[in-house]
Amino acid sequence: MNSVILRAGARLQIVLLLVFSAYMMLRGHNAPGGGFIGGLIAATGFVVYAIACGTADARKALRFDPGSIAGAGLGIALIAGLLAALWGDALFTGQWLFIGATETEKGLPLSTVLVFDIGVYLVVLGAILSITFALEEAV
Amino acid sequence: MTLAGLLPVVIAGSLFIWFAQMIPVIAAGDTLRFVWEWVPSLGVNVSIYIDGLSLTFALLITGIGALVMLYSARYLAGHVHQARFSLYLTSFMLAMIGLVISDNLLALFVFWELTTITSYLLIGFSHDTIKARRSALQALMMTGVGGLALLAGIILIGTTAGTFEMSEINKMPGVLTESVMYLPIAMLVLAGAFTKSAQMPFHFWLPNAMAAPTPVSAYLHSATMVKAGVYLMARTHPSLSGTDFWLWTLTIAGAVTMVFASVMALRQTDLKLALAYTTLMALGALTLLLGNTSGYTITAAVTFLIVHSLYKAALFLVVGILDAQTGTREANKLFGMARAMPITAAAAAVAALSMAGFPPFLGFIGKELKYAGAIAVASEPILVAGAFLVASALMVAIAGIVSFRPFWSKSGAPIPNVKEAPWPMLVGPVVLAVLGAFFGIFPDVLATSLVTPTVASILGDAQPAKELKLWAGVNLPLFLSGATFVLGFTIYAYKLKLRAILIDLTERGPKFDNGWDKLMAGIASGSKALTRMIQTGVLYHYMVVTFGTALVVLAVTLFFRSTGIPAIALPQVQLWDWLVFVLVLSGAILVLVTNSRITAIAGLGVVGIGMAMIFILYSAPDVAITQLLVETLVVVLFAAAALKLPSLNAEPLRKRWLDAFIAVGLGIVSTIILLKVTTGPIDRELTTFFETASYPQAFGQNIVNVILVDFRALDTFGEIAVVLIAAISIFALLKSKPEEEKP
Repeated sequence: MNSVILRAGARLQIVLLLVFSAYMMLRGHNAPGGGFIGGLIAATGFVVYAIACGTADARKALRFDPGSIAGAGLGIALIAGLLAALWGDALFTGQWLFIGATETEKGLPLSTVLVFDIGVYLVVLGAILSITFALEEAV
Repeated sequence: MTLAGLLPVVIAGSLFIWFAQMIPVIAAGDTLRFVWEWVPSLGVNVSIYIDGLSLTFALLITGIGALVMLYSARYLAGHVHQARFSLYLTSFMLAMIGLVISDNLLALFVFWELTTITSYLLIGFSHDTIKARRSALQALMMTGVGGLALLAGIILIGTTAGTFEMSEINKMPGVLTESVMYLPIAMLVLAGAFTKSAQMPFHFWLPNAMAAPTPVSAYLHSATMVKAGVYLMARTHPSLSGTDFWLWTLTIAGAVTMVFASVMALRQTDLKLALAYTTLMALGALTLLLGNTSGYTITAAVTFLIVHSLYKAALFLVVGILDAQTGTREANKLFGMARAMPITAAAAAVAALSMAGFPPFLGFIGKELKYAGAIAVASEPILVAGAFLVASALMVAIAGIVSFRPFWSKSGAPIPNVKEAPWPMLVGPVVLAVLGAFFGIFPDVLATSLVTPTVASILGDAQPAKELKLWAGVNLPLFLSGATFVLGFTIYAYKLKLRAILIDLTERGPKFDNGWDKLMAGIASGSKALTRMIQTGVLYHYMVVTFGTALVVLAVTLFFRSTGIPAIALPQVQLWDWLVFVLVLSGAILVLVTNSRITAIAGLGVVGIGMAMIFILYSAPDVAITQLLVETLVVVLFAAAALKLPSLNAEPLRKRWLDAFIAVGLGIVSTIILLKVTTGPIDRELTTFFETASYPQAFGQNIVNVILVDFRALDTFGEIAVVLIAAISIFALLKSKPEEEKP
């Protein structure tokens, strides 16, 4: 679709959507959101970008092959699950680290659960984009 | 000789020594058992059980294995794939050992299939010929189908007896024979044994398997693998035998196979094929004998098992030597080769005398015992003894054809410039032939070390093994032996005429091989037709079948399993709900009436967004967000595709009525189900658990997300794997060029 307005808009919205998707993923544990929703939002940004500027540009903007992104996501999720073994726990047991925790403040929570969610995010993003790009290139 | 050739010899030799040092323990009447729990929840153990039966087989496998591997180290020297061959042969040997020493039936099955696979690889070793590939596939299919039956039989045994350990099952008298499942169990186990041991009518793969290199035929298809079926019948003998079914099935199958195979052996001019048919004859004889439970028949079976392995492996190796040194194994071309290859000739003569059953060789004792066993059978002693007489007489004739004629006959000129085989190829036949003579002269050595413990593991203490004697006095078996020789020499004298008649007969009669080809072609075309019928490639058909089936299944279940239609309580419905309802309904109507794809997609989007609003109204924000995003993406994706598709045409009215029926029906049925579900009591146990455990245990307040990434993370992992696989499949579909339609 050759439209200057859409192209300019797509460049702007993709930045916003990517930031928003990261925000949605990070807040997921305590408020609506999470890796799946975050991945969908990020994918929407790229899908619109691909419609406005073409899949070649969209692939360039993505930098990595969407299939590889999805594969890496699955690998990250698996590693997050396997990490539990280091503490002798069952597969996929969440491991937490509260940086700077005091008596009253719980500090900055980091966990393998978050790593797992990042994996989900990447799988959803990569899978949707590899389908969309291939579909748009086919028709 | 290379490392690839010699390493298997070392492995097989060391294993032989390791097993041989167990003989004193086993001969003393003890058994050895080691258990390592593997999947305890399923009752799968790696348990090793060594009694007389296992040890006899293990010694045959490793002993003959070592000799055959030494032979093939020279036979295949310089072959491009010698290392590959050694790997296959060694893997086969290890699988075979595993098969005979496993106590757990499931472990036995795994090794059983491993021997099938390695046998497939070995038959198809010369994979550049069509014949080898076809024979390999045929053997794989035949024994593979039998293996499946065996697996079913094993599972039935396990559920009936409560354990998969054969040594324990054999200690429970009547646990299988008196159960209602006895007949299916026996039929399935025998299906496995008969296909593996090539009993009629599953016999035809074995002669075809002779496409394999000769050492393979000597090892797998005469001495070891085909005996796996015999082993299975012997191993399950204590639990399954003693019934009329067992007696008659084994007697009839064994007798028919035995007589048919020995007659067919006479027909062959290829010496290797003739030996293949005599192997079939031996397997038939063993099956027949194992059908009974008397001490004579089982002693005969065990002795004949050992005799046959010794002389048959030796003769196969001799034929291999003839083939390698002269370039042919046709009976019509080989005469008087004894002068050129004296050692081979001597080994062949000794092995053949054992095969023909002359004293003082072990074969004579084996034959006497077979006759004694035949007289003792519980079915039809006269018919069985008669079958043995015919088969044994033919063995005498074939022993002459295979090892007398090529070496000593003066009917034709010897092939010139032939040298004696190199020593690694001579060791096997010579050692095996000498052992046959040695055990014949000193039968007690064999009887105390192997035969008696083996008979004990098949029959228990009830019936002790019979003695192995060269001279058992003037009795019926001796007269039958005399008759065998007279008949055998007569057949040998008239062999050419008889062969001509047989060739004529078999050319006219039906061929099992053709039947097999027709069966295979039928299966292939049948599955093609079925695929074409259920996989039309038209999306509309799939949807009609899927939703139509769902409608029928749900409606029938609802009709038979529940009563009454629940009332709809309207007062609870708020104004907002009505608005969403109108939105969804108008979207659906838009889809139905429009002829433009883009409009239809937008209409579907409206329906989806209406659903998302319902989720929001009933406080499920995560689901609502996901629904909204997915709906958006779907519309975008469809829009991309729809641009290239032709516009919607008006469907014929009949088709639309069918669609309407399915759609409306499904709508009504799912509404009723939903109403019923919501009016019933809801089990909130899980909800309560997640509500209370979410924050303290998983530090998260969004229960949906906590469940996804923590409590049920493994499920989520499986789901994202599915997402990835779906993406890859769609990608592959889109990127692959559509196949050219074949005319």
